[in-house]
Formats: sequence, C-alpha cells, structure tokens
Amino acid sequence: MFVENLGIVLALTGAVLSALLAGIGSAIGVSRAGKAAAGVCTDQPEQFAKVLILQLLPGTQGIYGLLVAFIALSRIGLLGGGEIAALTISEGILYLLACLPMAFVGYFSAVAQGNTSVASMAIVVKQPTQAGKAMIFPAMVETYAILALLISILVVNAI
Amino acid sequence: MDYIFAVARIRYKEMSLLTSQFLERLIACETYKECLSLLNEKGWTEAESNKDINALLQAQRDQTWAYIAELVDDTSKFDVFKYANDFHNLKAAIKLACTNVEVENVFNYHSSISPDVIYQAVKQQDYSLLPEYMASAAQKAYDELSINKDGQMCDVIIDKAALEAILKAGGEADDEVIAFYAETTVACADIKIAARCAKMSKPASFITQALAECNTLNIAELSSAATKSFDDVCAYLSTTIYSEAANALRSSFSEFECWCDNYIIERIREQKYNSDTLGPIVAYMIAKENEIKVVKIILSGKLNELKTESIRERLRQMYV
Repeated sequence: MFVENLGIVLALTGAVLSALLAGIGSAIGVSRAGKAAAGVCTDQPEQFAKVLILQLLPGTQGIYGLLVAFIALSRIGLLGGGEIAALTISEGILYLLACLPMAFVGYFSAVAQGNTSVASMAIVVKQPTQAGKAMIFPAMVETYAILALLISILVVNAI
Repeated sequence: MDYIFAVARIRYKEMSLLTSQFLERLIACETYKECLSLLNEKGWTEAESNKDINALLQAQRDQTWAYIAELVDDTSKFDVFKYANDFHNLKAAIKLACTNVEVENVFNYHSSISPDVIYQAVKQQDYSLLPEYMASAAQKAYDELSINKDGQMCDVIIDKAALEAILKAGGEADDEVIAFYAETTVACADIKIAARCAKMSKPASFITQALAECNTLNIAELSSAATKSFDDVCAYLSTTIYSEAANALRSSFSEFECWCDNYIIERIREQKYNSDTLGPIVAYMIAKENEIKVVKIILSGKLNELKTESIRERLRQMYV
C-alpha cells in the first residue's frame, strides 16, 4: 500500500517543503527586519513607510514557496477535489526535486534578505533621502529567490 | 539573543554624537559661555542652565546610562565601565574611614556596587559585604593605610585590583568590543605605570605589585624594562602591538593618553556597520565617554583661557 502511494507521498513532500522552508525563512527575515523597523520608528515614526517596505521584502519568498506548492499540488491532483493522479516513484521524485530549489533558496535568501534589510535600516535612519538606494540592496537578494521560483515552476510544469 | 531593535535605536542616537567639525566650532568660541550656548544648540539642553562643568558632564553620563538601561535588559554586561567608579569609591571609603572625617560628594555615580555598601563594609571591617574581586584588595589597602600609613601603596593595591576586575569582566563577556576595551584599558594602564615607574626609578618589587596581568603584554618583560630605564620601556613596546604608543609616550603622558583613546575609537569604528550584536551599543557607550572627555578638555581650556592650539593638541578622534 505504502509503496503504491510512494510516488504521491514524494511529490507531496516536495510541495510541503517548498511552502514550509520558504515560509520559515520569510518569517525569520520579516521578524528580524521588523525588530529593526520598530527600533527606527521608536525615535523616527515619520520613517514608518520606508522601513515597512524594507521589512516586507523578505516576505516574498514565503509567497513564492506557496505558489510552487499550489502548482505542484494542482498538477498531482490534490487541489480542486478531482481524481488524484497515480504517480510512479520516479514521477514522485521528479516533483520532489522540482520543489527543492524554491524550498532551499527560498529559506536562505529570505534570511539573508532580512539581514540586508536590517543593515539598510541604518541608511534610512542616517540618510532618509537615500531610502531608495537602501531598498536596492535587499532587493538584489530577491533575484535568486526569483530564479529559484522560475526553475521550480518550469520543472513542475515539465513533468 | 540579538540586539537588532537596540542597534536600530543606537543608529539614531549616533547622529547626536559630536563630530570633529563641531568640536572645531566649539574651540573657535571666544568664551566659555559661547561654548555652553553652542552645546545647547546641539542638544546638550542642560548646558543652558548648568554653568558647572562637572554637573553638566554628569548630566550627560546620567542620560547615557538611562538610555542604555532602556535598550538592554541586563545592564550587568556594562559593569566593565562601572569598575573604575567602584574602585574609586573604595579608595574614597578607605580614606574616609581611616581619617574619620565626613566629606560630601566624594563618591562617583554609576557604579556596580552602591557607595554606601562599600563605605559600610570598610567602616565595619566587614568585607563579606563586598564582591569577591574587591574584598581582598579592600582589606589589604585598608591595612596599608591604617597600619603602615602608606597612601601610595593603598592606591596601588586598589588600582591593580580594578585592572584585574576589568580584565576578568572583559574575558567573561561574550562580546568582542567589551573584551577589546577591557584588554586595551588594562594594557594602556600598565604601560603608563611602567613608564612612570621607570622615570621615577621605582624598585622592581613596587613595579611588580603595580602591574596587572593582561594578554597583549608580557608583564615580566615590561616590569624588567621598567626597572632599567624609560627607553627600555619604549624599546619593549616597539616589539608589541602597541609599538605606536612608544612615540606618543616619548612626547608626553598626555599625548600617550590621547593615543590610547584614539586607538580604542579607531578600532571600534567598524561597529557602525554591525547591525545585530551588543557591539554597537558598547561602542556608543565608549564614544559617549570619549565625547564627554573631549568636551571637558575644551570647556576647561576655555575657563582657564588656554590657547586654542594647546586645547586642540589634547583633542581625541571622534567616533562619528
């Protein structure tokens, strides 16, 4: 029974990891940036809008992870109430591997982006007029999360 | 534990630290009153009503400690900055107890132990009231003053205990800035002691009693150099990481003290780019103390009508 369903189990594991790891990474990143944002707003409440954007930047990985999980679940028939596809073990492994870029890159890039956002808060504090530049630094980290999202979606759709 | 929130607040506070450009403007003031007015504009609001230097600087220290207490749950991490006041209070308490006189305002604030506790411990000869790092030195120093009437040795015992307490606190701290500050403070104090002893031709036994162990200096070699000559002390220093200190020491003790402060400030500057450890908060504390010292030099110079150039010579580098 277990071996028969191993394909779907592996595919589901991939979808779960994508949402789980990217979500955890985003939670950590947003939390760290949030603490710094709270520190900035304690003395400079007028900077709220600028630091809010910096805080939100690491939150996108969680959304990307969720998106990949949705697509994978939809492809294997676990969404929409339709019939669940009968997946072979090989197909299950393919789905699992397809979700891993988003899972791992999502986690690490969200944490790294959170740290970069925290560092960028110092620019907002000391040079409020340069806030635009401050946002570019954490945004650069986003590139790698987008690349991982792209490859995960392409591979999931190619299976 | 991270200090992200606290560091974000410190970044804002750093903007109110005095810059070198501001100090130039302060030096350029014609009178002491003008200096106070300029400081008032910069946010030293108590300068407007407070004409006494010590009260003015004390108010700045009070504000800094209150701010640190607001940022950090456990202020015992900052005890390394309080030990100098603790041991100053111990000296004062021993002298009061031995002379049996009552003098007001001899104790320093911002200490890790209440001055009253120290005074009671010395007065009642109950050293169990004091922490371990202070009790033994307190007893020895009291006996030295009360029995042998040797005030200098009393001070030497207490100063050495203070340096040992600072080094121990630095070693136990899980922050590299505190560890660096403690090590450098002790090393600089040792260098100054050795140089003074060499100039005054103090015996080896006295030098050994006065110098405190630290990690960046070989105390046996420093002590041996100090028993020979001042040049030997400088020669030994040139073989250590404090080689630049030898030149400053050759110029004057005040230049050496200036070098020590600049050395610390230069090395803690990297904390301006650190965003989640205790380091930037410790660095702010050191920077603020440095700023208070510099303002005191300028205000005292203005009060005593010193030449602008001689005030400028004593200025330290600023953190921001």
